[in-house]
Amino acid sequence: MTLDLSLLPDGGLHWLIASGEHAGIVISSRIRLARNVAGFAFPTRAREGERLRVLQEVREAMPRVAMLRDGAFVRVDECSAQERLLLHERHLVSRELAGVDRKGALPGAGGVIVTGDAGVMVNEEDHLRVQTFRSGFDIAGALRDAERIDRELGEALPYAWHQEFGFLTACPTNTGTGMRASVLIHLPGLVLTQEIQKVLQGLQHMGLTYRGLYGEGSDVVGNYFQISNQTTLGRTEDELVDQLTRVVRRVIEREEEARRVLQRDAGYIIEDKLWRAYGTLRHARNLPAEEAMTLLSAVRLAAGLNLLSGLSVYTLNKLLVFSQSAHLAQAEGRPLTEGEANLARAKYVRQVLANETRHTG
Amino acid sequence: MVCDQCRERDAVVHLTQIVGQTVAQVHLCEQCAAERGIETTVTEPTHPLGDFLQAVQQQAAQLPGDAARCAYCGTSLRDFRASGRLGCAQCYGAFEQSLRELLRRVHGSTRHEGWRYAPEESSGAAADREGTLRTLRERLQRAIADEAFETAAALRDEIRGLE
Repeated sequence: MTLDLSLLPDGGLHWLIASGEHAGIVISSRIRLARNVAGFAFPTRAREGERLRVLQEVREAMPRVAMLRDGAFVRVDECSAQERLLLHERHLVSRELAGVDRKGALPGAGGVIVTGDAGVMVNEEDHLRVQTFRSGFDIAGALRDAERIDRELGEALPYAWHQEFGFLTACPTNTGTGMRASVLIHLPGLVLTQEIQKVLQGLQHMGLTYRGLYGEGSDVVGNYFQISNQTTLGRTEDELVDQLTRVVRRVIEREEEARRVLQRDAGYIIEDKLWRAYGTLRHARNLPAEEAMTLLSAVRLAAGLNLLSGLSVYTLNKLLVFSQSAHLAQAEGRPLTEGEANLARAKYVRQVLANETRHTG
Repeated sequence: MVCDQCRERDAVVHLTQIVGQTVAQVHLCEQCAAERGIETTVTEPTHPLGDFLQAVQQQAAQLPGDAARCAYCGTSLRDFRASGRLGCAQCYGAFEQSLRELLRRVHGSTRHEGWRYAPEESSGAAADREGTLRTLRERLQRAIADEAFETAAALRDEIRGLE
């Protein structure tokens, strides 16, 4: 079986709805729990047969977990390259499990369970990577969902556990809670006022770290940052989430302050920059991915500063995901070369903006 | 410029602290900065695994057990050093001594404080309550250290209730 895309047009995308707190700045809040099934070597060390048995056990456990019961189960290693990329663009499957950079064989017996606001990767670096997502700034909400899934899944499957070290993971940087709590946050104000380095350095003193839009190893593009906890052992899940929540709240305040400063001190320069970005997106015929990301970041800022009206945060979020290559190819119903994707991207963005924006400037 | 702390030596570390909405500049000499645990060279985000693997390397160099293997999955300390990944749950027992030190370096602790998976057997309700109180008091200390005052207040009330 390969991925039936019609089954999950919005799979794993409830976080796009922009319903949460500070949704203009914080796109989504996520929890990831790393877990392993007792009695099997970790995926990178396990034989193919062991990995298949883990996959089978997870599949059998699914009906016993309320939030996963109605999810779609996908064998990632049986998907086409485009389908795998699509899952990755939705943040459901990591680069490694999707084999995005890989030329040769994929890791065997890779799987993912997909629901609207949760997912479970199977046989990635750990047997299980439980993920929950919330729209906007709501890390505690994502944690509640993760706890529910984890409790039920842990009853259905025996976890690898140590009385002192907690949940055992392949990489010792995840040992203990196995939890990575993160927010995907848009900080153009801090970048433009050149305050961002100070803020990012401050994060490290608070036990936090940051990455680009697509997690570990990805570049910061379009002023999108993922801020997350650095350590996983010695603190409770609630403490780690509290700390992240408090620091992110300060970062949001700093971003809002930076935007006020920009409008006050550089009003027309900023306005010009944002309108030029909007103009390009509104009329360009050829739009490479990275340029689109940068310009969409400017348009998101313009909406945040109320220069553009009628453009909802939902639309901005949707543009972020659906303007990516695999999503464009899915919409066109055929594989696209990079050049074709750039044309399709320009067309898609033009249409969305034409339908949904009204000028106020 | 003199150091804000000792007011004797020249300040060489200039730190911007963000507390709430206010930004404060702190100027420190190297010695006072080190006392406060401020790193003076590192500004790039570093993956904690860097230190971690280096520590494994140092340990491995000291120990003749570099080739020691996990009896369950066959992963050796050398394999772990190369990949940064353990092979199975039993590796935690096989390399416990090295790992304990490394977990402390990476996380500042070796003791999991979060959700329990297989709750420890307790010898009765009193022992249970003592254990809970101890955990709550530790969490209260950490909450105060983190300046998480709302959490601290809630923990304080919970402790009072149990006492």
